[in-house]
Amino acid sequence: MRRAFLILWAAAGSLFGQALLVRNTTVLTVTKGTITNGDVLVENGRIAAVGKNLSAPSGAQIVDGTGKFLMPGIIDCHSHTAIEGGVNEGTVSDSSMVNIRDVINPTDINIYRGLAGGLTVSNVLHGSANAIGGQTIVIKLRWGKTAEEMLFEGAKPGIKFALGENPKRQGYPSSFFSQGPAERRYPGTRMGVEQVIRDSFIEARNYQADWKEYRDRVARGEHPIPPRKDLRLEPLVEVLEGKRYVHAHCYRSDEILMLLRVADEMGFKIRTLQHVLEGYKVADEIARHGAGASTFSDWWSYKIEAYDATPYNAAIMTRKGVVVSLNSDSDELQRHLNLEAAKTMRYGGLSEDEALAMVTINPAKQLGIDDKVGSIEVGKSGDLVLFDRHPLDNYSKVLKTWIDGHEYFDRDKDLSERTEFARKKKELMDKEKAAAKEVTP
Amino acid sequence: MKKLCLLVAACACILSAADDAILIRDVTVHPVTAPVIEHGAVLIENGKIADVGSTLQTPSGARVIDGHGLHVYPGLINAATNVGLSEISSLRDTVDLDEIGTFNPELRAEIAFNPSSEHIAVTRASGITTVVSLPGTGGGISFSRNQQPTVIAGQGALMHLEGWTWEDMAVKPSAVMDMDFPQIRMVPAEYAAFIPGGARTYQEEEKAYNENLRQVSRFFEDVRRYQKAKAAAGPDFRRDIKLEAMLPVIEGKQPLFIRAEKEKAIKDAVAFAEKEKVRIIIADPTEIGSTGPLLKSHNIPVVLGKTLELPLRDDDPYDSRYTLPNDFYKAGVKFCFGTFDVEFARNVPFEAAQAVAFGLPPEEALKALTINSAEILGAGDQIGSIEKGKIADLILTDGDPLQAKTNIRQMFIAGREVSLESRHTREYEKWSKRP
Repeated sequence: MRRAFLILWAAAGSLFGQALLVRNTTVLTVTKGTITNGDVLVENGRIAAVGKNLSAPSGAQIVDGTGKFLMPGIIDCHSHTAIEGGVNEGTVSDSSMVNIRDVINPTDINIYRGLAGGLTVSNVLHGSANAIGGQTIVIKLRWGKTAEEMLFEGAKPGIKFALGENPKRQGYPSSFFSQGPAERRYPGTRMGVEQVIRDSFIEARNYQADWKEYRDRVARGEHPIPPRKDLRLEPLVEVLEGKRYVHAHCYRSDEILMLLRVADEMGFKIRTLQHVLEGYKVADEIARHGAGASTFSDWWSYKIEAYDATPYNAAIMTRKGVVVSLNSDSDELQRHLNLEAAKTMRYGGLSEDEALAMVTINPAKQLGIDDKVGSIEVGKSGDLVLFDRHPLDNYSKVLKTWIDGHEYFDRDKDLSERTEFARKKKELMDKEKAAAKEVTP
Repeated sequence: MKKLCLLVAACACILSAADDAILIRDVTVHPVTAPVIEHGAVLIENGKIADVGSTLQTPSGARVIDGHGLHVYPGLINAATNVGLSEISSLRDTVDLDEIGTFNPELRAEIAFNPSSEHIAVTRASGITTVVSLPGTGGGISFSRNQQPTVIAGQGALMHLEGWTWEDMAVKPSAVMDMDFPQIRMVPAEYAAFIPGGARTYQEEEKAYNENLRQVSRFFEDVRRYQKAKAAAGPDFRRDIKLEAMLPVIEGKQPLFIRAEKEKAIKDAVAFAEKEKVRIIIADPTEIGSTGPLLKSHNIPVVLGKTLELPLRDDDPYDSRYTLPNDFYKAGVKFCFGTFDVEFARNVPFEAAQAVAFGLPPEEALKALTINSAEILGAGDQIGSIEKGKIADLILTDGDPLQAKTNIRQMFIAGREVSLESRHTREYEKWSKRP
């Protein structure tokens, strides 16, 4: 039913979606260089042509991009935006049974604010309270649509892992200097974090084997009792089978290496290392495992495991062959990931294209959606952002944001609607005040 | 061995003695208080700017730096930080902020400023030569109801980001009195669970606010009585260091640096300043509301916090914080930029740049990182522009220092060339070489 609805909705979109032609602008394709005085045509939600002097199909919306800059929609590989209620199910050390998909709030104003910063796709994750957190999803910021309609079609779901200080915090004993938690929860050390992950995957492999045996026996015509369904182990089996990505929060080089080795031993892959502030110390190992690294531009020193952070992290890992993205982890920071990317030019001397890749094609690769988004190429989604200046210029701002060729943000429209919103708000406030007066004796 | 390396590194920081003459030539000079000079030159002597112009004579024995088209700006100023007082914010042992007590005017930030803090070099890397280091972090939402909120956190100091001791580094000790003005701060519903006893109702908050206001008035009355008693007293007068520390404030010599987030708090603070006849600076406002004309007519300056912040309310325009600096500019209010933190103190140029993206003229953004900051902090005759006689705090860049892609090439603090190395560049060098 759900799927049928999605297909219907997608079909409706392509049937009624207006073609879009952005004309005479600087096109930052990210993967295929920069075209000055270029045009980009979007039809049926996808990029139909990229070049010069393209002709508009009849009825197409034409946007004059003269003097402006067009880049692919920005992708955030680490977001907690649009999560309704708690971000952490922190009561247990392995909470793989819970799913972010169940708690997406499509009316979170930060979705709109993200669009106003050129953001079009977010990897929405749980927090880092437990060694194995919950299931994660990728959304497109289709503001005004339902939670279901925001899901990125075809994007592989993920699961959040967390290493280091955060997952062990619930396990600290009280000390002479500090009060521990009221109730301690295993693990309280990095060694314990490793064991939680190892234990869970040993269980998951047994569980996988039990089901395989069951299915084999059924195939042989036997009538065995099925194993008991375990909602905690199911997603871990999906990880083992490559159907679900692991996004692992980590800081220190020792724990990064630990996780790669556990994954090697258990036979699964780490898709992305998140934050990964000391990734630069084990960049070769990360590259060899094939994990992506999604880091901050310049966060450091807010805790001891962030004290060896360096803003050159992204540059070192890039030079060592790791696919690197810059993420926000923040409702605010997600609004200017292009400016975060600009910092990699100062810290490590990355090129403009390398810097832009940090927030477009690289996170797309990390999320396995680079065939659909992340660059301006024919066949990809019409996820585009128009800037008034080069997006790596700190004086730039977003003018328009499109997803699938639909306009989701327009600065002029936003500005012109403000008076009306202010009037409506005042009307409501006056009504409220009047009602309050009536009640007061 | 490690210690020896550190010592060598520390010595290497200071490449030339302060009394050397240095001529920086063939550069674009941005004096800030005067028009840009293309192919200009700046002469440094005895730690001061000796001359600025198009063609300057090279004094004998002077070191000559050929800029080859680079730019020279005054060292940037971050007008609100906790640099030097906090190393790793989550580890209390490394943090010396927010002392216990409601009124702590006698506390001085400069004496706890750790000259070996790694944050000093990291902050310098963005072209920042001077910061205000504050002893408090502002009340914000207090998660502990058992503790009285701090009203006066102590005195903030204007500090150079270079020197062997905090005494060397203090450009203006006791520059401001850090005060968190009583205000009603409702705890958002989502945080209520974290507060012992739950969030308070508006009526409860209002009651606490009124009580706090009364306390502040009483404290200022005490200070005035103390002032009179001291003036009338003989040699056996017993000093009270708390009240004594407030005398420069009520004598108008030291401004109150008042953290006032919202419109009402700003208005309260201005009314308070009028009543008490004290000089104030409004710090870290999150909105301007109708306070523009009020601040302008009272000649009250503002130290802005981060521009890259979320709007105050859900239904505020998405860019309400981005446009805030320009709102103050348009209202004719004098302002400068700060970050009110430690680890992102180096990003203050980018906070200013974001305001430019949303309307602030770029030259005003630069002033709000240099001359305005200096003047607001009472050091306008010492730093903040490239002018003859000022302290030689200069940066050489390959572009606009408000742009992330610009590289800061060289830095001079009080005429001494300062290393731009930091913990961050050292890690970069070391680990880039890992075989």
